[in-house]
Amino acid sequence: MLAFALKRLGLTLLVLVSVSIITFSLVRLAGDPAIALAGPEATSEEVEAVRAAYGFDRPLPAQYATWLGDVLKGDLGFSNILQRPVLEVVMERLPVTAKLAGLSVLFALIVAIPLGVVAAAKRNTIVDRLALSIAVVGQALPNFFFALVLILVLGVGLRWLPISGDKTFLHYIMPAIALGYFATPAIMRLTRAGMIEVLDSDYIRTARAMGLPRSRVVMKHALRNALIPVVSLTAVQLGFMLSGSIIVESVFSMNGIGRLGWQSIQRTDLEVMQALVLIISVIYLALNYMADLLNGLLDPRLRVQ
Amino acid sequence: MSLLTVENLTIDIAHPRGTLHAVRGVSFHVEKGETLCIVGESGCGKSLTSHALLGLSPRVAKVEAGALSFDGTDLRRLKERQWQKLRGLKMSMIFQDPMTSLNPSFTIGSLLEEVYMRHHPGGRSAARARAIEILKKVGMSNAEERLHQYPHQLSGGLRQRVMIAMGLICGPDLLIADEPTTALDVNIQLQILRLMQQLKEEMGLGIIFVTHDLGLVARFADRVAVMYAGRIVETAPVAELFANPCHPYTRALINCIPVPGKTRPGEPLGAIPGVVPSLIGPQSGCAFRDRCAHATPLCAKTLERKRDGAAHVYECHYTPEETAA
Repeated sequence: MLAFALKRLGLTLLVLVSVSIITFSLVRLAGDPAIALAGPEATSEEVEAVRAAYGFDRPLPAQYATWLGDVLKGDLGFSNILQRPVLEVVMERLPVTAKLAGLSVLFALIVAIPLGVVAAAKRNTIVDRLALSIAVVGQALPNFFFALVLILVLGVGLRWLPISGDKTFLHYIMPAIALGYFATPAIMRLTRAGMIEVLDSDYIRTARAMGLPRSRVVMKHALRNALIPVVSLTAVQLGFMLSGSIIVESVFSMNGIGRLGWQSIQRTDLEVMQALVLIISVIYLALNYMADLLNGLLDPRLRVQ
Repeated sequence: MSLLTVENLTIDIAHPRGTLHAVRGVSFHVEKGETLCIVGESGCGKSLTSHALLGLSPRVAKVEAGALSFDGTDLRRLKERQWQKLRGLKMSMIFQDPMTSLNPSFTIGSLLEEVYMRHHPGGRSAARARAIEILKKVGMSNAEERLHQYPHQLSGGLRQRVMIAMGLICGPDLLIADEPTTALDVNIQLQILRLMQQLKEEMGLGIIFVTHDLGLVARFADRVAVMYAGRIVETAPVAELFANPCHPYTRALINCIPVPGKTRPGEPLGAIPGVVPSLIGPQSGCAFRDRCAHATPLCAKTLERKRDGAAHVYECHYTPEETAA
């Protein structure tokens, strides 16, 4: 298991290096940073001066090395627009998004896995159809629309939940449902498909032939194997939520990184954008790495070198 | 009283073009300490029959029988929960492909212990001791270490031994083996067969051995039931069957086995002309008639059951002398 974990870690680090190169290059490709910094009124001498002052005249690999060194020391640059260190700005917003994404995934799993299992166990019955309809509706409904419906019903109509902000746990419930519901159909369908495949497998027949009760066959022997692909998908979905919560955060006025990203695009804050892309990539890779480890625990065949 | 009695077992499966009569009135019995081989081509209904004995028929299959009794229990009346108490404990089953028949996510130890604990409530340590004991019994070296291994770490032959150990861990009276050696190398096949033979003698097991391989039947069976198109066309003690095959199908099957020394190199192997008939819709007469050189119009109408000695039964209108080639 340790060898498996180390090998995966090595691969993850390799991807991380590529991501950092791409992130760095994208900003350089997006335009001449010296011109952007010097401002529209600057003369060419002034631009050259800025270029020299910030080191933009050095070769790109050298610039990358300096940048990477800074990043590793925790220095993600300085936002000239906000006049604050980028790391500080991002860290302020990250907990909101992390909480939102965590709750959303939790919601999605709690809904999707039991639905998928029941749909597979009662395949082609009314129960299965009902579960499938829920999934189809979830996939068809844009989450800004669903979020607005939630606000209208739970917030404005019934007055059960606050409709905007991120101060208390109650503020997170509707956004988490709106964001999580979006991930539910994929997880549910994968669970259902996995369960159906596994329930038809030879080793399930073996378990039944040895007299194990049906509940145990389904919950232990089948679910464990059916969940292996679900783990990977969930990690991807969680990554999407971390980065893709732009809409939901905006609808509910939550100050997470989704909203920060949106604001940074509007005010062309390249430094913050670059840092966000990098941080989201790191989180994404970390999630996938954890999913790999979890899969290694679930499926002993993966642990073989 | 026989350990297992099956009378007039039928299995129908709904099919878009009409009912598929997969098993059409099969009767046989198995005694303690006896190996009954059910032999036939793919699709003859032998696997469906063996699954029905454990209540493991697919949901779409409609199973009916005049009698289906095991050790005094009428299996036809069992509810799923009662089946579960019987399976693994009194009768168990091993399957064709040991590569896919063991759950890949669990260790050998936990798979074995789970079956034992299911039928013997009590501590894990008793189950562990029994798991080690049964692994030794099926000829696995380093039994204690094996408990911690996963199925994918074992070879096909070892996995089939684990399957057999799972089937026998609770000391059942009847073991149903559905082509247990088909997926194995020839030399491993023999090892597994010898093991089953030895366990049968030690434990007084009744074995139903389902196979398409007449060569294995000759080595391993006490009695043989030859199935064709959902019926048992001939049944006899093994020596009698090979010495005096009465049904044209049985003879054709035996002729397909190459005999070293007798079959010349390059000589084409025997094959039965024609194909297995469709079993969809109403059936009448002898199902083998279209492939039989001796068929007469009578064969399309009725079946006739004949005896040749106390234990030798076959279904043909004609005697072996009349149908001899």
